[in-house]
Amino acid sequence: METKIPDANAEDSNEAVISVRDLRVRYGEREILHGVTFEVPRGQTLVILGGSGSGKSTLLRTLVGLERPSAGEIWIKGQNISRITEGELDVIRKKMGLSFQGGALFGSMTVGENVALPLREHTKLEDSTIQIVMRLKLEQVGLAGFENYNPSQLSGGMKKRAAVARALSMDPEILFFDEPSAGLDPIIAAGIDNLILKLQKAFRMSIVVVTHELASAFLIADRMLLIDKGNIVAQGTKEEMQNSKLPRVRQFLDRIAEPEVEGEMDYLQMLTGEAPDRSL
Amino acid sequence: MELLDTIGRNTIGTLAYIGGLARLTGRSAYYTVVGPFRGKPVRFGRAVHQAMAVGVEALPILSLITFFIGVILALQAAYELRKFGALHLIASGVAVSMTRELGPLMTAIVVIGRSGSAFAAEIGTMKVTEEIDALTTMAVDPTQFLVTPKFLAMMVMMPCLTTWADAMGVFGGALFGITSADFTFATYISTTISALLLRDIVTGLIKSVMFGIVITAVGCHEGFSTGAGAEQVGRSTTSAVVMSIFLVVVVDLLFTALFYFLER
Repeated sequence: METKIPDANAEDSNEAVISVRDLRVRYGEREILHGVTFEVPRGQTLVILGGSGSGKSTLLRTLVGLERPSAGEIWIKGQNISRITEGELDVIRKKMGLSFQGGALFGSMTVGENVALPLREHTKLEDSTIQIVMRLKLEQVGLAGFENYNPSQLSGGMKKRAAVARALSMDPEILFFDEPSAGLDPIIAAGIDNLILKLQKAFRMSIVVVTHELASAFLIADRMLLIDKGNIVAQGTKEEMQNSKLPRVRQFLDRIAEPEVEGEMDYLQMLTGEAPDRSL
Repeated sequence: MELLDTIGRNTIGTLAYIGGLARLTGRSAYYTVVGPFRGKPVRFGRAVHQAMAVGVEALPILSLITFFIGVILALQAAYELRKFGALHLIASGVAVSMTRELGPLMTAIVVIGRSGSAFAAEIGTMKVTEEIDALTTMAVDPTQFLVTPKFLAMMVMMPCLTTWADAMGVFGGALFGITSADFTFATYISTTISALLLRDIVTGLIKSVMFGIVITAVGCHEGFSTGAGAEQVGRSTTSAVVMSIFLVVVVDLLFTALFYFLER
């Protein structure tokens, strides 16, 4: 059990903050992830690419402890989070921040209260200190002066920024983004990309981004990983991905559509992912 | 064989549902009683906020409904009693049926409609918009954050509302008593007070606390079991109301039977 555990205290830049080994996740009878292995080096950005239903969201949910794996290991900061109690997991969760796809800001609170919530819950800071930290975090994401707005008064891009500010409030070491540019116009999306780059460069954060936006992915990534039907198809630096000859990678990167569905059997094949039994 | 299969499946489903309610209630009780000693303070601020929404804001509609129920009870009782020239029994009849049964029950119905449904809709919406997941990833237990204050608010406000409802029902009865029987307001109230036993009121209040637990547990449980999509929130809200009414009646039956045999 003590083999190859990344040392939590080492500041070696090549050391992995997240190390996933043969991870399998199932919902009921259906296995979503069929043995996934990868690492996130400290201070780098890993982009997880994949189409709809590829399992990339499930992978993200499992990494932050929202889903429990059915098999395999997830080492985060030297602890195997697939084998620890909810209480121990909470300790690790305080060192991670997650920016949800839709922001997931609490509608019953102001933007400022949203950002301050983790601090109020987990620290014994004075209220005045919390206010200062909260304003600082909002400033970092370019939302200075918006603390008294309700989330419903913000635009889509601003909601995402506010969500990032909330994810940053506990000064996490690892930041997760779920589809950061989904549903945003290109200019706002580029702004979010810049924000991610800034966080990584300026604060040396380790970042995991799940997306299917190629332009954004190639801009922010140090390393990439393409996941399809619950398996990792390819992983490597973005140059390696760009030059990959694997058909599935080329199809995804060059945006080639799936072959047209021509008949019932093709449709069946598309659904099941297997060649249908023609003798039916 | 198919019948047995269905019966078995439904039994398991029902037991699982009750188990879910019990787990939610148990965890909330834990966070109320044990939590504060483990560095997880009870959120009195949120509880007070909930208590305002559950209790104080329900007063106008609850007053109106239970006042009318009081009048209706008096009318229905008078229909039989006047045959025996026993209209003076109206006061005690209304008092006993209000405090023992209709006060708690009508309060529960109003609270289910106003708050049980709101709990399911609030938590269901938070589930759909990933706010529940956001709480979890921030290492904040959604039960402790959302459910415990609601339980506290309900368990305090239900007896208060029920007491208020009892009084409004008596006033409703008094309206009929004064206008159609030979009561003055003073004689009606004094007859009511002498007819009531403390245990009539207490059994009603005990029931109301139980109803409060049922309503909160069902509302929150339905909210948490909301699937993906906005239409699922509507479904959860509907089933929270239907399930709460059903379970409140079941609990009412159990406790009424219990009190009946205890008081013999």
